[in-house]
Amino acid sequence: MLSASRSFCCLGIRTYQLRTDLLSRSIKLSASATMAFRHKNTRRIEGLDSNVWVEFTKVAADPSIVNLGQGLPDISPPSYVKEELAKAAAVDRLNQYTRGFGHPSLVKALSQVYERVCGRKIDPLTDILVTVGAYGSLFSTIQALIEEGDEVIIIEPFYDCYEPMVKMAGAKPVFIPLRYKNDGHSASSADWVLDPDELANKFNSKTKAIILNTPHNPIGKVFTREELQVIADLCIKHDTLCISDEVYEWLVYKGNKHIKIATLPGMWERTVTIGSAGKTYSVTGWKLGWSIGPQNLIKHLQVVHQNTLYTCPTPLQEALAQAFWIDYKRMDDPDCYFYSLSRELESKRDRMAQLLQEAGLKPVIPDGGYFMIVDVSTLNVDLSDVDEKQLYDYKFVKWMIRSKKLSAIPLSAFCGPETKRQFEKYIRFCFIKKDSTLDAAEAILKNWNKQTA
Amino acid sequence: FLSLSLQAKMSRPLQARRLEGTDKNIWVEFVKLAATYSKVNLGQGFPDFPPPDFLKESFVRALSGENHMLHQYTRAFGHPPLVKILAQFFGKLLGRDLDPMTNVMVTVGAYQALFCCFQALVDEGDEVIIIEPFFDCYEPMVKMAGGTPVFVPLRPKAPKDGKLMSSADWQLDPTELASKFSERTKAIVLNSPNNPLGKVFSREELELIADLCVKHDVLCISDEVYEWLVYDGKEHIRIASLRGMWDRTIIIGSAGKTFSATGWKVGWTVGPNRLLQHLRTMHQNSVYHCATIAQEAVAQGFQRELELYGTPDSYFVQLPKELQQKRDWLVQSLDAVGMKPIIPEGTYFLVADISKFKSDVPDVPDSDEPYDSRFAKWMVKNKGLAAIPLSAFYSVAHKNNYSHFIRFCFAKEEATLKAANDILQKWKQEKTSP
Repeated sequence: MLSASRSFCCLGIRTYQLRTDLLSRSIKLSASATMAFRHKNTRRIEGLDSNVWVEFTKVAADPSIVNLGQGLPDISPPSYVKEELAKAAAVDRLNQYTRGFGHPSLVKALSQVYERVCGRKIDPLTDILVTVGAYGSLFSTIQALIEEGDEVIIIEPFYDCYEPMVKMAGAKPVFIPLRYKNDGHSASSADWVLDPDELANKFNSKTKAIILNTPHNPIGKVFTREELQVIADLCIKHDTLCISDEVYEWLVYKGNKHIKIATLPGMWERTVTIGSAGKTYSVTGWKLGWSIGPQNLIKHLQVVHQNTLYTCPTPLQEALAQAFWIDYKRMDDPDCYFYSLSRELESKRDRMAQLLQEAGLKPVIPDGGYFMIVDVSTLNVDLSDVDEKQLYDYKFVKWMIRSKKLSAIPLSAFCGPETKRQFEKYIRFCFIKKDSTLDAAEAILKNWNKQTA
Repeated sequence: FLSLSLQAKMSRPLQARRLEGTDKNIWVEFVKLAATYSKVNLGQGFPDFPPPDFLKESFVRALSGENHMLHQYTRAFGHPPLVKILAQFFGKLLGRDLDPMTNVMVTVGAYQALFCCFQALVDEGDEVIIIEPFFDCYEPMVKMAGGTPVFVPLRPKAPKDGKLMSSADWQLDPTELASKFSERTKAIVLNSPNNPLGKVFSREELELIADLCVKHDVLCISDEVYEWLVYDGKEHIRIASLRGMWDRTIIIGSAGKTFSATGWKVGWTVGPNRLLQHLRTMHQNSVYHCATIAQEAVAQGFQRELELYGTPDSYFVQLPKELQQKRDWLVQSLDAVGMKPIIPEGTYFLVADISKFKSDVPDVPDSDEPYDSRFAKWMVKNKGLAAIPLSAFYSVAHKNNYSHFIRFCFAKEEATLKAANDILQKWKQEKTSP
């Protein structure tokens, strides 16, 4: 009996101990649970969480929707590009780390191509940085050279990441819109221009850089030499840098010429020029881009790169290098992909324009790039009952996706806060799409016209 | 004639202040040296053997398939097949239900995952505890985020008589560690298995860290890239599975280390949505997407491993087995010539004490450069054998504390390790012959 009671006692003590342990642990747990979770986001990303793409790619992911929204080719990349990737992946050494600032054979190929285009010597090791897409180049450039106290001029409409990236660097975006001249009926991207006086007023002692995008997304404008000279003159006068996003450099249509602002006198030393494999070779999923410029600028981008992701994937870089060699050798030949893609896209552009015109719309015909903007107000779609706070183009696109099964991107996504209302009747279509996609778009637009007639 | 404001602008440095103190990088120098001089490169951490066949086949399948859309953008926060399998796999390992859309994010290597963590969560004035020796990028990344790195060393305890030291003998002093936590401490970076020592933190050691994190409400950035490379039957324990830790931990992983394909640059973060949401914001404003095809291939690799998990055919079983043999081989080689290896419990790195070889590279008093760095440079130039000085993994203030150690990478073919042995043997003979 005694031993039994003793063991009961012990059990009692053990149980008591266990209960106390559990109690103290649960107090600790509930204490940490009720304590306000102090781990918020950092100041640098405050307010940068929303993103038009995250919103609209989700909506348009439905395969029954004809997707002319995100800038994503649904045409195949050229077969030799895919073959080079297969070849590269088969080489054991090419599955391991390569040189951080850019795979040697790729920077060599880039230097050759761009030496030819720019007419100046480009050192592959010091004047080039390979990045994760042109997006990564924009990020590296802005992080390397822009900081609190700086102002950065952004031309509206703009590829949407420029604003959050400038803000993240602690700087102030200063917007200037492209305005259409004449009577307000613009038929071509060339009709959208900067007012030189307005532009000059945006420059001051705090202006660290201006971001130029030519050919321009979303309008498709190809800046002329005269227009570039206006910008260049101001950059030189105010000792301002130029971040030149030229990802659509090869996609320029008849009668137009892509001019690199870095080739204008006094501009090489203050310009970082950005390019993209995704747009050059229709391989957006390879996420390879590059920054080219003088060593004293590129070296700072390289420091950012070595502290952010260090190196880009090897087999993709090797394949890209080989593709560039193939096209470099035929740069005098019309079959060079740089020119053949442009010809292919020009006919798609013309078809897209026709489809929209037949639906009673007046698209802005782009001189370059693979986007086309159009004012949809003439369709008179009444969306006043929908959420008042949202801009018209956002409401329109969401409605069009739902009821017409056709997607596009609202243009106000590409505008600063002051200008959003100016562009809220415009939407952007992407036309780097295979024929069957454009056929499907045609069917929707023809049908639409019938309904509103 | 220059305007005053223009003069003022031109006299300011061109680059942003956030780059201050982050421009030096050990790899740029040592990779160049290895490329120029080395006959046997045991320096930079990458395998000189190929990724496994099944992984290469996955890549080829993805390439040659009908779906050419694999050459286009995929979902920014991670290719759906990959985040799904990662959520499944790590859900199993952690004993949790993971949502692939909110608890997993894919990055450009573990390197970019680390960058996102610091940028998203470390503000100016925040302190981040870093355990020395550390993978060198932690320090400049914390600085670039405006944070203050606070260092705490692993301290070597003398091994039992006659035995070689183990990475387990390098330990944190609990009191010292506790003293590093302050009101300003935002996070601690944990790297287990640890590069460069190869230490695999024990449960007790992890609990020590976890208790402090909970007590001080500190985040844990857990770099677990070598999670599968654990030897001698040791267990890799995930700190996120400890009590109170899931909500404050971000786990970082790497396809490069998991599948011996460092050149693919596919990494990931796993954690609670309330932390990952900020990583997503950072990611969408820096690189936005990661390359699609490699993600597709890695997803297939994980699918295979999920099916073979725990079986002898699993790559996660075979790779550590192979590497353990290589480790033992290198340990023998180094011990035989008088370099004292510290036997690593994990990773594919090994640190050796080179004090006995000091005669070849004289001490230079008052030199700015730590001894081991000069030794490593001399060794690659004169012996053709590349390794990395341990001081590379210490803060500037502590670089001279452990300056007679160098790090070798043993993820190398047998032929490479044999060649290394030959160099070492010859060297020893030269030292002992009259």
